[in-house]
Amino acid sequence: MEELREGLLEILEEMHPDTDMASCKGLVQDKILDSFDIITLITRIREAFDVVVPADRIVPENFNSLDALTKLVDRLLEEE
Amino acid sequence: MRRKEGEPVGGKDIIRNRALRIVVSAAVLLAAFYLLQRLFMPKYMSSVVEGAMIAEYYGEKKDHDVIFIGDCELYENISPLVLWEEYGINSYIRGSAQQLLWQSYYLAEETFTYETPKVLVFSVLAMKYDEPQKEAYNRMTLDGMRWSASKVASIKASMTKEERFVEYVFPLLRYHSRWSELTKEDFQYFWKRKKVTHNGYYMRVDSLPAKDVPKGRPLGDYEFGEQAWMYLEKLTDLCKKHGVKLVLVKAPSLYPYWYEEWDEQIKDYAKEHGLAYYNLLEAADEIGLDYQKDTYDGGLHLNLSGAEKLASYFGNILAKDCGLSSRRGEEALEQSWRKKRELYNGEALRQMDQQEKGSFTGK
Amino acid sequence: MLFTSYGFLLFLAVVLILYYGLPRRFQWPLLLIASYVFYGASGIGNLCYILATTLATGLLACKMQDVSDAQSKWLKGKGKEASREERKAYKQRMKKKRWRLLLLCLAVDVGMLAVVKYTGFAVSNLNVLIKALGSGRQLTFFDIALPMGISFYVFQAVGYGIDVYRGKYRAEENLFRFALFVSFFPQLIQGPISRFDQLSPSLFAPHKFQTRTISLGLQRVLWGFFKKLVVADRLIGAVGMLTKDTQTYEGCWVVVGMFLYAVELYADFTGGIDITIGIAQAMGITVQENFIRPYFSKSVKEYWNRWHISMGSWFTDYIFYPVSVCKPMLDLSSFSRKHLGEQAGRRAPVYASCFLVWAATGIWHGAGWNFLVWGLSNCAVLLVSQELEPLYRNFHERFQVAGTFGWRLFGVARTCFILCCLRTFDCYRDVPLTFRMLGSVLTSWNWGELFSPGRILELGLSWADYGVVLLGILLMLGVSLWQRKGSVRGQIAQKPYWVRFALWLSLFFMVIVWGSYGIGYEASQFIYNQF
Repeated sequence: MEELREGLLEILEEMHPDTDMASCKGLVQDKILDSFDIITLITRIREAFDVVVPADRIVPENFNSLDALTKLVDRLLEEE
Repeated sequence: MRRKEGEPVGGKDIIRNRALRIVVSAAVLLAAFYLLQRLFMPKYMSSVVEGAMIAEYYGEKKDHDVIFIGDCELYENISPLVLWEEYGINSYIRGSAQQLLWQSYYLAEETFTYETPKVLVFSVLAMKYDEPQKEAYNRMTLDGMRWSASKVASIKASMTKEERFVEYVFPLLRYHSRWSELTKEDFQYFWKRKKVTHNGYYMRVDSLPAKDVPKGRPLGDYEFGEQAWMYLEKLTDLCKKHGVKLVLVKAPSLYPYWYEEWDEQIKDYAKEHGLAYYNLLEAADEIGLDYQKDTYDGGLHLNLSGAEKLASYFGNILAKDCGLSSRRGEEALEQSWRKKRELYNGEALRQMDQQEKGSFTGK
Repeated sequence: MLFTSYGFLLFLAVVLILYYGLPRRFQWPLLLIASYVFYGASGIGNLCYILATTLATGLLACKMQDVSDAQSKWLKGKGKEASREERKAYKQRMKKKRWRLLLLCLAVDVGMLAVVKYTGFAVSNLNVLIKALGSGRQLTFFDIALPMGISFYVFQAVGYGIDVYRGKYRAEENLFRFALFVSFFPQLIQGPISRFDQLSPSLFAPHKFQTRTISLGLQRVLWGFFKKLVVADRLIGAVGMLTKDTQTYEGCWVVVGMFLYAVELYADFTGGIDITIGIAQAMGITVQENFIRPYFSKSVKEYWNRWHISMGSWFTDYIFYPVSVCKPMLDLSSFSRKHLGEQAGRRAPVYASCFLVWAATGIWHGAGWNFLVWGLSNCAVLLVSQELEPLYRNFHERFQVAGTFGWRLFGVARTCFILCCLRTFDCYRDVPLTFRMLGSVLTSWNWGELFSPGRILELGLSWADYGVVLLGILLMLGVSLWQRKGSVRGQIAQKPYWVRFALWLSLFFMVIVWGSYGIGYEASQFIYNQF
């Protein structure tokens, strides 16, 4: 889990170097991540963890913070 | 005013204040609407006076012997003053521009709620129209009417496709676009309008000789329309019901062309219903009309001298054929006509004066 | 029934009186009846389309729900003893079932939309093709009159179907309630495209008569009428002339047309939405906002997050995301990375789905090549600015202008200009013509004509009209600026009663007097023509 979190943080920080990704709680809400970013993020997640985020999981609640995202990917990995 | 903190608040007070506020707000809204509406409605005082005619009737004392109902073939062609002076007939013309038959009918219906004349004279030229013609003319006839069942029915019968009833109820909705065209006139006659007619007669003293009047183009169908017939019959019945003698006339205007075939139909109708019908075009010589002098627009409408000649001739018919006796000598009437004569002569003089100066514009 | 007709105002008054006059449990059924009356007034036949959409989507969604329910029951009961693999296989099977139901639902809804909206377009293109191949035969097609609002309610229904499939919320079991969701009359003509989970709580709840909500709602309706009647409808004629008579109005007039069209479109669309949301609010119902001061956007991307929001988010949620993460797209990504490199691999899915979404957005606006080109040009602008991102970053690192007022203003002006240019495809409705007209701005340098009063008045607007339009623009701008501090009506509501009253009364009479409605008073009409 911790490893997963670190990996995701790395991806996020690479995309938006000027935002404090670890603590931000409204990534989608505050329009830091737009739809392009989300897709890029999903592609990167697939590359890094070999898991695909299905379209029905692409809702703001799952992408608003690093914690939420970690939880999402964790659950997806479990479901595999 | 803000209530100070801690001051007791009475429940009743709040409700009363609120009710008062609502009443005052509604009153302000309605008043503003009314005032704007009054401002925006055309006054028809200087340019298109025909729009002001219908409303003038309501200010009259209503005990007329004869009521004329119809379009310009009446209100520009016959002088009630002459009828009074020569025959003692107290008459009024309820005329408006391009008055359609159903509008005439409802005007008659409305008139009968105020008074019952002995004779109603109707101009038959309107038979040629079987459907609403032009919104502007509708407005000129209908806006001036006071609200009554007759007005409602007349509006419903007259509206063109683009018109809406609600725009008659609230004319502001119709005239709001005049906001950029308001003139001095709209303010000057905001509350009170001046009279534009003399018992419904619209006076013109200038003259323009009639040239060759073209014969009417042949028509495909000479039969009057169904609507027109229906309302003529309704008018006949209405007059019968009120014991009013209905007289049909065709005024001696050379144009619009009055077809032989039309004349026949009216003649037949009159015969069938026992009505009098006078085609005054045929009597032009008898009347003594000189189309070189007695018309102001080349034969469409008569001027003052023509209208007086016609009144003089037609008064004779009314007195003899309709058995109207002279009311000269009735003090109240004499007095009111004296005043009217002054205005009448004054207007004639004013127009002639202007004409000499060359500044006469016809209005 | 147009919002700006006497009939609609009467209808609305009756509905509002009944809405608060009847017992509260009848409120939503009343709205359903009212909505069907409203829609039926646009043509009784149109009711077939909305009924078909409602029945198909409503019933199939319930079926999908049954499948999901059966699945969770099994998982909690019998499935507990099953092995992991068995459970997985079972889930897959059920998912497939739901998927088939969804496909059927989409086939009905989208199929119907495609037939009524695009048959004519498709056939006329086929005919061109046939002719090019040398055949003298031509296909004939019957033109189906486009049922009012069909693009909106079909999208709303499709969104609902997909959400139920995804298990975002439970399907609505009461078909009548669902029917109201699809047909809710204030948003039937031009949206917003609402989501079931957002609209339904307030749509079906009983609402008490509250002066405050009702007056706030009606105030917004009045403001909507101002935008529509005073500004938008006043410009219709002029914009029509500028875009139809392309021989006369070249060069600078294209720019004038762009500007006037931008004003007209804004006033018309946001005004209509104000009326929609205002009516809903007067009935205690919350409809999501569709515009957030769009013309203040500093980039095209931002603009599309602030203009017609419900449509944009619909395309993002139901097309952009699913397409971007579907298997072929991910394969494309891997393929590109392998053969074209890292960067290309990352971009491929975004670019491809962006392209698809904008093609769909374009064609959704209307069946025509011009709309397709319009959509794809938007896409191009978005992608180019995405590519230029590093360049911008570089620029801003060097020059510290990013936050300044001047820079923001420049951003707003630039965005407005780009969008005005893109919108010309919508104005001229013909792709080659649009390019020719845009070109004429540079080739026929006729700006002098703008200073001849005669030419300007030729557009059918008097100086007084231009004055009113200007005033309308300033008012709309002022309200937008004020809105940044919070709800304008809310702020006005803080003021003493008589101030508020005077304010709203003036707005009311501005609409009454300056509104472009009814038979215009034409002096010429009143000239007595000798009868």
